[in-house]
Amino acid sequence: MLVRDDKTGATTPFEELPDAPPRRRLKLSWSGKLGTCVVAFWMAIIFIGPTIAPYHEADILDEALFIEPGSNQLYPETDFQGPSMVAYLGTDFIGRDTLSRTLWGARTTIGISLVATVLAYLVGMTLGIAAAVGRGILDMTLSRVNDALLSIPSIMLGLVVIAAIGSTIPILIVLTGLIYAASVFRIARALGQDVMVSDFVEAARVRGEGLWWIITREILPNVATPLATDFGLRFVYVILFISSLSFLGLGVQPPMAEWGSMVKENLAGLPYGSIAPLVPALAIATLTISINLIVDDISAHSGGNLAKRMI
Amino acid sequence: MPALLEVDQLKIDARKDDGSLVPIVKGVSFSVESGEVVALIGESGSGKTTIALSALGYIKPGFEFTGGEVRLTGQDVIAMTPAQKRQFRGQRVAYLAQSAAATFNPAFTIGAQVTESAVLHGQMSQEAASQRAESLYRALELPDPERLGSRYPHQVSGGQLQRLMAAMALCGRPELLVLDEPTTALDVTTQIEVLKAFKALIRQEGSAAIYVTHDLSVVAQIADHIVVLYAGEIQEYGTAEQVINRPGHDYTRRLIAAVRPPPAAGQGDDLSREHQRDVPALMVKNITAGYGKRSRGTPEVKVLRDVNVSIERGQTVGVIGESGCGKSTLARVMSGLLPASEGDVLLDGESLQPDLRKRSRVELQKMQFVFQMADTALNPRQRIDHILGRPLEFYLGLKGKEKRQRVDELLHIVELPQEFAARYPEELSGGQKQRVNLARALAASPEVLLCDEIISALDSIVGANVIELLKRLRKQTGVSFVFISHDLSTVASFADEIVVLYAGRVVEQGRTDRVLSPPYHPYTRLLIASVPKLRVGWLEETMETQEAKAGIDRVVKLTETGCPFFNRCPLKIEGTCDREFPPVRNLGEGHTIACHRSEDELKC
Repeated sequence: MLVRDDKTGATTPFEELPDAPPRRRLKLSWSGKLGTCVVAFWMAIIFIGPTIAPYHEADILDEALFIEPGSNQLYPETDFQGPSMVAYLGTDFIGRDTLSRTLWGARTTIGISLVATVLAYLVGMTLGIAAAVGRGILDMTLSRVNDALLSIPSIMLGLVVIAAIGSTIPILIVLTGLIYAASVFRIARALGQDVMVSDFVEAARVRGEGLWWIITREILPNVATPLATDFGLRFVYVILFISSLSFLGLGVQPPMAEWGSMVKENLAGLPYGSIAPLVPALAIATLTISINLIVDDISAHSGGNLAKRMI
Repeated sequence: MPALLEVDQLKIDARKDDGSLVPIVKGVSFSVESGEVVALIGESGSGKTTIALSALGYIKPGFEFTGGEVRLTGQDVIAMTPAQKRQFRGQRVAYLAQSAAATFNPAFTIGAQVTESAVLHGQMSQEAASQRAESLYRALELPDPERLGSRYPHQVSGGQLQRLMAAMALCGRPELLVLDEPTTALDVTTQIEVLKAFKALIRQEGSAAIYVTHDLSVVAQIADHIVVLYAGEIQEYGTAEQVINRPGHDYTRRLIAAVRPPPAAGQGDDLSREHQRDVPALMVKNITAGYGKRSRGTPEVKVLRDVNVSIERGQTVGVIGESGCGKSTLARVMSGLLPASEGDVLLDGESLQPDLRKRSRVELQKMQFVFQMADTALNPRQRIDHILGRPLEFYLGLKGKEKRQRVDELLHIVELPQEFAARYPEELSGGQKQRVNLARALAASPEVLLCDEIISALDSIVGANVIELLKRLRKQTGVSFVFISHDLSTVASFADEIVVLYAGRVVEQGRTDRVLSPPYHPYTRLLIASVPKLRVGWLEETMETQEAKAGIDRVVKLTETGCPFFNRCPLKIEGTCDREFPPVRNLGEGHTIACHRSEDELKC
């Protein structure tokens, strides 16, 4: 048999366990770094685009620009011109400089999308967390209204509303914001519910904390990372949505440059080998893909759970 | 002839974020002969699972093999190509994970999953595999082996699922089994049932096994050889008999010392009279509580029925029972998280509101809840000083410097360095987190601490340290404890009084030494008999006792009439026990047993 010494009273010194790993910091992979560079580039363009653009977004280039002064060349057609020293990326269907319009368009496209996404988040997150915390009737009502909203195809909803009340930039922003608030609501509610049942929220409840504390100190910090990841994705959807509306002619109205509408306007140029529709399309592609690359890194950092919860 | 598995100078490193390597396994060598069970024992972080997984040629992401070989019948498995590894995994070496509930896919039948690997590897036809599975169910003494294969995982009990996992691993007749803590999360009664089945099956099949665990008592029952690991190095390696009876290394001796003594009469601390007053610190009277929709005040599922417990000042009441018996529910009722449908909670003799939202801040402060899982009970986004500072601010109104000082004191009380104040919970180890969890409850300067299974998830040495800490706190502060656990040894070493819960009813309660000595309630006797002892051969002896024969491998039934323990009781009286609720016998000094049998009948 074993002889065991009586340990009552004597405290065993604390067993030093191997130190837990230090908090991991977000490290970008090379693709994430590339994404960051591209996004930073477009963000810079928002501010300096109009300044560095050779022409104004609405300028129709003069035919005289395309011939050598004094020569007896015929004035050419200025639409769908290929790249030249006059217009580095060619001209569009009525002879406006594609490069200038793309640079000007960054401000419109990204600006509107950003404001709309922020609006979607303000509305969706507030209501989503409220539903998760409030439960019962509140949750039921909000969720059913939300389900109804989600069941209508967003483009159709956009079409109907714009057809009814017209298309101005504020209307566009509010409309997009509300449409996307519905999906933000679902994610915020699901994440909130997850955190609501965790032990540390229960610990706060046993302590007697009020609802405000629980929401702002216990829940929000824990849903921030997944929501930030989602913000990136949602922003991409909003860009595409606004571009789609513009493509259908219901978004930003001419002569303002917006990437989506630029693609649509210049689609006729494709058979002539014009790059006018490709440049804004490429702009949309680079921006959205880059944002996704960053999002990938963030979600890899937060671990596999995040990917699962995002679905 | 080489051994079945030879681990030769195995070295495994983890790659950190900055690219540097940290050694995890530092040159470990041991071998497993055919038909032999080798136990790898150590605390978390000792590298035992990492070593066991290397037998499958598997390594966790972020880890790298940096030296040595793992040879299966002479062939190095580390050097194999992925295709070769796929071929021998599941076929020659099978792995049993800790949680059966997580291993089984709820969407497929048990039979399909048990036979999947054997069929997939082309070892047998589906038909042969199903037959083989059925014979394994029989060997594992599972109920209804003919039809078990067509049932779904949620239709069998936890212990049965754990055994089914063994069937899954053994279906393809592997030469080597790797078992990763297969009984750690189970109740004692379920643990014996699973251990016994594993042991019998391993003998019968003649396959070798690597058994990973931190529980020495379990190892004593099943292993032939024991490898004691600490920080990736072998401390001791020998036969089970030698390591347990004649430990040669200091660390092994410490492990053995951390095994809590089996519960027996004469345990339990003396009442510390100095803190005592007339009124109990906390008392629950005739509590009935449960979950689900309420119809006329009574919940759909009653978890607790007519429970009475009283906790004297400065004392510890241990609440014990198998999972699902209502232990945690009792703590939730006390704290007000789950309002009771009937009965009263009295703090200092004054009745509390059942719902915590209606209790005053002072009442909340006096009773603090310590949650089971420190991992989830601490907000991962808050620093330790915020976690500890909040109750100070909330209850005591401390701010600024005073608060910081008190946080430092609290860290000191729970024996953590002050630098930890600036850390986040994920930067702490499991035991350290549990200490912070405890410190947070202490921050409120409570009178009663409700501890819900707070050391169940900890390693034995770390757990023993936390218990020591609790004992010291009790002496220093006079706090009363409600200590909930499914581990009778832990409760016995710490509690002044024990309450034994079964199916939501108190079946026995009284002073610790009275509860742990005859006369016992038959259920208490079963619990005591089920606690593994650090002795080779204990398992076989226990399985022969009448309690074990009657009570092990049976599920708890919630009954409306009669004694809930009826279907597992070796002393049941047909016609009485199943019809009438047992009378509560008072045996003096507050010791009560709820049983139809008389005191004398329960003595033997």
